Amino acid sequence: MSTETIDLKTRLITDFHAREAVMNGEASSEFHQKKRAGLARFEQLGFPSIKHEEWKYSNVRDLISVSYDFNADSSIGLAELEDLKVPAQEANILYFVNGRYNAELSTIISPVEKITISSLSEAYKNDPAKVASHFNELTKDAEDAFTALNTAFTQDGVFIHIPDNQSVEHPIILRFVSDAREKNVGSQPRNIISVGKNAHVKLAEAFRTLGDQRSFTNAVTEIHVAEEANVQYYKVQNESENAYHVGTTQVRMLDRSHFYAGTVTLNGKFTRNNLNIVLDGEHCDAHMYGLYFPDGSQHVDNHTVADHQKPNSESNELYKGILRDKSKGVFNGKIFVRPDAQKTNAFQSCKNIVLSPDATMNTKPQLEIFADDVKCSHGTTTGQIDEEALFYMRSRGISQPEAMSLLMFAFCADVVSQIKIDSVREYLENVITKKLASK
Amino acid sequence: MLSINDLRASIEGKEILKGINLEVKPGEVHAIMGPNGSGKSTLASVLAGREEYEVTGGSVVFDGKDILELAPEERAAEGIFLAFQYPVEIPGVTTINFLKTAVNEIRKYKGESPLDAAQFLKMVREKAKLVSMNDSLLKRALNEGFSGGEKKRNEIFQMAVLEPKLAILDETDSGLDIDALRIVAEGVNSLRSPERSTIVVTHYQRLLDYIVPDYVHVLYKGRIVKSGPKELALELEEKGYDWIKAEVEAVG
Ligand SMILES: Nc1ncnc2c1ncn2[C@@H]1O[C@H](COP(=O)(O)OP(=O)(O)OP(=O)(O)O)[C@@H](O)[C@H]1O
Ligand SMILES: [Mg+2]
Repeated sequence: MSTETIDLKTRLITDFHAREAVMNGEASSEFHQKKRAGLARFEQLGFPSIKHEEWKYSNVRDLISVSYDFNADSSIGLAELEDLKVPAQEANILYFVNGRYNAELSTIISPVEKITISSLSEAYKNDPAKVASHFNELTKDAEDAFTALNTAFTQDGVFIHIPDNQSVEHPIILRFVSDAREKNVGSQPRNIISVGKNAHVKLAEAFRTLGDQRSFTNAVTEIHVAEEANVQYYKVQNESENAYHVGTTQVRMLDRSHFYAGTVTLNGKFTRNNLNIVLDGEHCDAHMYGLYFPDGSQHVDNHTVADHQKPNSESNELYKGILRDKSKGVFNGKIFVRPDAQKTNAFQSCKNIVLSPDATMNTKPQLEIFADDVKCSHGTTTGQIDEEALFYMRSRGISQPEAMSLLMFAFCADVVSQIKIDSVREYLENVITKKLASK
Repeated sequence: MLSINDLRASIEGKEILKGINLEVKPGEVHAIMGPNGSGKSTLASVLAGREEYEVTGGSVVFDGKDILELAPEERAAEGIFLAFQYPVEIPGVTTINFLKTAVNEIRKYKGESPLDAAQFLKMVREKAKLVSMNDSLLKRALNEGFSGGEKKRNEIFQMAVLEPKLAILDETDSGLDIDALRIVAEGVNSLRSPERSTIVVTHYQRLLDYIVPDYVHVLYKGRIVKSGPKELALELEEKGYDWIKAEVEAVG
C-alpha cells in the first residue's frame, strides 16, 4: 500500500471522529450506532487491493490517491442542469447535488399521503425509528469496504416506502449530480426503498457530473421487495472523464415478487457496480440487464449476484458491452443455488464486442450450486463486429461507419428495450446513437 | 456496362479466380454455371467488393469506372447489387429500417435528398407486392429466423427497392418452392430493361426457363471454360459437366 492510500483511509476515519465529537445526544442513536459499526468494518477491511479476489481486475489505487471534499456546497441551479437532464415525462424527480437532497430542484407529484418519497434526511427527522431500522438492514453483512464506508458516512439519499397494494403511477427519477467545477468532490448517497406487498414501482437512478475536477461517488441502494411486488429499477451512469463511481445495489425479494434491474454505464473514468439480489422467496423472478460502452482509458466493472435461497424461483441475466480504445471491462456474475432452492432456473449471459486490440474484457461466471434439481446456464462471448453482417450491409450501399453503428445499436437493442421508463429509454437511445456515431 | 478482364483473386494465399474474362452489355442476361467450388460465388463477392478476397490481377470496369478501387458501399451506390447465396441474419435491425438506411445512403452518395417516411413506405409497399413479400417479414429483424425461401425472396425484394443497374443473383433459386421460384423470376423480369443487366449464377435450368439468358458461361477451376447461347444450359442439364472437364483437361 502506498502512503497516499493510508492517507485517504486515515483522513476519513479522523473526519468521522471529528463529526461524532460534535453530535451531542444523537451519537447514541440507533442510526449512529450503525454508522459507527460501519466505520469499524471499514477500518478493519481497508480499501481493497487487486489481491482481493473481488477486486482482481479493478484497481482502486487511482481512485484513492487524492482527497475529496465530501461536504462541498454547490450553487447549482436549474440552468446549469439543463444539459444534464434526462428528458422528463411526468415523473417524480429528486435531485441530489454532491450527495445532498436539493428540494428546490425536485418535484414530487405522487400523492404523499399514500406513498412516501422523500430524502433520507427528511424521513429521518419525521420518523427516526423507522429509518434507523431499515438503514443498512440488507447490507449489514456486506464484506465490502465501500459499502461499510458508505454506512459510516451516510448523510442523505432517498427514502421510499410504498405501502401494500399501491401502484406508483409516475416513475421516480433520482438524479445525482456531482458538482466538480471547483474541486474534487465526493458523495456517499444511501437509498432505501421499501416496496410493499403487491405494490408496483418504476425507478431510475441517474448519475451525472458537472465540471472537470474529480468526483467520487460511493452509492448504496437497498431495495426491499415484498410478496408479489413488481419493481423496475434502472441505474444510468453518464459521468465525466474524471468520475470515479463505486456502487452497490442490494435487493431482497420475497414470494412471488418480480424485480427488473437495468444498469447502463455510458461514461465515467472508473465504474464498479455491485448488484446483489437475494431471492428469499418462492416463485420470484429476478432480471438483470446491463450495458456498458467504455472508451479511452475507461474502466467498467459489473459484479452481480443472484442468490437463490428458496425453491421455484428464476433469475435471468443479460449483460452486453462495447469496448473501444484502451478501455477495460470486467464482468463477474455469481449464481448461488442454496440447498433449499430446488427447481431453480438461473440463466446468465454476457456478450461483448471489443473494437480495439488494446481494449480488454474479463468475464467470469461463477456458479455455486448446492441443490440437485436445478436448471442453470451461463455463457460469455467476446468478439469483434460480425464481418459478414458488415459486408452484407455495405453491399446494399450503407457506409462502413453507418453499418457499424446500426450493428452496434442492434447489439444494444435487447438491453435498451428492457428499460420500461419511456423517457429514460429514449434518452439512452439518443445518447447511444450519438456515442456510436462519434467514432 | 461490365467488363471483366483477366481477373485473378485469392483468399488466404490460395488462388480461386485464375483469369476471368467477361463482357456484359446493357440489357443482357448472363447465366454462370459450373460445378461446386469452381469460384462462382467468389466472382460474385469480388464484384461486390468483399475485402477478404485479394485481387491479384486484372481489371473490372463498370460504366467506365474501375470499380476495384471502390468500397462495397460505393459499388452499391454505382448500381451493383449482389443477391447473396447465403443471406446474412442481422438481429436487432428490421428489414424495413435497414432498407431505408440503404436507400437514403445511396441517395446521399448521388447527391439526392433523402426520401421521407411516407414516400419510402409507399415505394416499399409497391415493391413488396411485386415479389409477394409479406408485410410482417419487413418488420422483423433482417433475415433472422427467416426460412430459406423467405431469405431469398428478401434478396429479390431488396433488389426491387434498390433498382440496381447490374444485379448478380447467386443461386437465388436454391431453396425456393415452385411458386416462389416463379414469383422471384417474375420480380427479376419486371426489372429488366434495356439499361439493366443481370448475372444469374445457378445450377439449374428451371430458373433459366423463367429468366431467359442471352449467354451461358461455364466456370470451372477459376476460369470461364465455355460460353454459349441459352441452349448450352440445356446441354449441361442433360450431360453434366464431365464432358467439359474432359475438354479442359485435354487442352491442358
Ligand atoms: N474464405 C475462404 N477460405 C478458404 N477457401 C475459400 C474461402 N472462400 C471460398 N473458398 C474456396 O474457394 C473455392 C470456390 O468457392 P466458391 O464459393 O466461389 O464456389 P462456388 O462455385 O460458388 O460453389 P457452389 O456451387 O458450391 O456455390 C472453393 O474451393 C472454396 O472452398
Ligand atoms: Mg456459390
